[in-house]
Amino acid sequence: MSAASTSARFWLWLREHAVNIVAALVVIYMLIPIAVIFVFSFNDPAGRYNFTWVGFTLEHWGNAFSIPELNDALWTSIKLALLATLISTVIGTMMALALVRHQFFGRRLTNVLIVIPMATPEVVIGASLLSFFLILGSPSLGFETLLIAHVMFCISFVVVVVRSRLIGFDRNLEEAAKDLGASSLQTFRLVTLPLIMPGIFGGAMLAFALSIDDFVISNFNSGTTVTFPLYIFGAAQRGIPVEVNVVAMILFFFTVAAMGFTTWQQRRAEKLAEVRPEQETTVAGPAGSSAATQP
Amino acid sequence: MLKRRTIPYALLLPGAVWLIVFFVFPLFYMGRLSLETGSIGSYEFTWNWGNYSDALDLYQTQFVRSFLYSGLATAIALLLAYPLAYAIAFKAGRWRNLLLFAVVAPFFTTYLIRTLAWVTILSDDSPVVDVMKFFGFVGENGHVLATGPAVIAGLVYNFLPFMVLPIYASLERLDVRLIEAAKDLYSNATTAFFRVTLPLSAPGVVAGTLLTFIPATGDYINAQFLGSAGNQMIGNVIQSLYLKQSDYPAAAALSFVLMAIILVIVLVYIRFAGSESLMGEEAAR
Repeated sequence: MSAASTSARFWLWLREHAVNIVAALVVIYMLIPIAVIFVFSFNDPAGRYNFTWVGFTLEHWGNAFSIPELNDALWTSIKLALLATLISTVIGTMMALALVRHQFFGRRLTNVLIVIPMATPEVVIGASLLSFFLILGSPSLGFETLLIAHVMFCISFVVVVVRSRLIGFDRNLEEAAKDLGASSLQTFRLVTLPLIMPGIFGGAMLAFALSIDDFVISNFNSGTTVTFPLYIFGAAQRGIPVEVNVVAMILFFFTVAAMGFTTWQQRRAEKLAEVRPEQETTVAGPAGSSAATQP
Repeated sequence: MLKRRTIPYALLLPGAVWLIVFFVFPLFYMGRLSLETGSIGSYEFTWNWGNYSDALDLYQTQFVRSFLYSGLATAIALLLAYPLAYAIAFKAGRWRNLLLFAVVAPFFTTYLIRTLAWVTILSDDSPVVDVMKFFGFVGENGHVLATGPAVIAGLVYNFLPFMVLPIYASLERLDVRLIEAAKDLYSNATTAFFRVTLPLSAPGVVAGTLLTFIPATGDYINAQFLGSAGNQMIGNVIQSLYLKQSDYPAAAALSFVLMAIILVIVLVYIRFAGSESLMGEEAAR
């Protein structure tokens, strides 16, 4: 009896820890390449290929931005990602608002229009856009076509992220603002927007990440414009400079910082949204004070 | 009231126009291109369905290989992701946020660079390959790089976060009292898992498998960097026909077939698994 329960306990122990062990191994699997990229940013390769470890050097961190083509590509990517993020976030947030807040004819169709691009392989999106631009003959392939393409594939993701935030939104807060005399526009600007801001910010972050990392669709529609991923792809054929690893790590740490900031903001907004009725002065305050300016 | 009725359309207009002009129209143009005849510079629209049969005949191998690789990669990713998502949701405690960070961290490095990192990891003289050789995992030619398994491993790695996050989201939302109830009703842990936890996390599993399977099928970066000429996937063929050989009709036909097959698989899968899963809470509304 006791032997049976010991073995049962052993199996229970093993089962409980088996999950953790597998989980730990998977986490290591996910982090190994990042560690490799980091370690190899200090490599001092003998030839043009940075695939085997030769020796430690800080040289490439010191000269991170010493390759003009790489800098240009990076700058193009950043400009492209910022513009694509801005446009797709505004457009996508508007769509999310329409879908969550309003009942209208064509809703289902709109949902399909938003989901299908996410269910389409990137190769197909890239190829079809290239067909489109080729047949039309304009605009000629370059920064404009890249921007069009990036905004296109970012919209759906922004809609999904912002929508999930809007679904959990407590509309009583808006009612309260209106009861206190705020106009629709004031309610939107002073109550709705601040509360869904983390969702919008999250959508924007995702759009930025998708855009700056996109290779496949860009490869079809770039013409002679070179983005950061396209530069890497080109360089991969003839040997990648170590500076690429350095820049990748800089981008990595930058993104981590940005994500930390978003999480912090989100927590703040959650606290704001959790206000109970007896504490409502903190939320109704701005709306109420602006209502006072109403005639 | 009329004004109120026009508000949603005004909000939708820019996005809908953008998606129709730059997603739907291009698909239409590609459809047209796939039925044209001729050589570069002088294509003519001739309802040339022969492009489709030619493309399928020529590149059947790559098609089958794409679905095989991405199917395997999806299955492996599911097997790896579920325990991780489960551990993060139920066992991580205060480590939860750190683990979630580890899951999305690969996204913060460029897709191409992290795939190239696998070239380093799987190259012939890497310690990882030595360990694999020691355990007899390496085939007779002694290489890991430039093989099918390397491509599949790359696919698993690159799309794993897409599998973990939805499963985690559905597990995290799960009402733990249901599992407790099952145990109160004398179910053992295994039964409780298979009859309560797993079915309730199904939406996450469905979403995760789709988010992994769809991009993995069209991917050509992993096959390009981690595979050899014998591991080409359909994405490699499409991009090479488009960008190197300029055989647009064939490439367009292939793209369409790829999209059609994926759509059919997705529709069948959703029908089978329930439609709430794809859109999450949206469809439930």
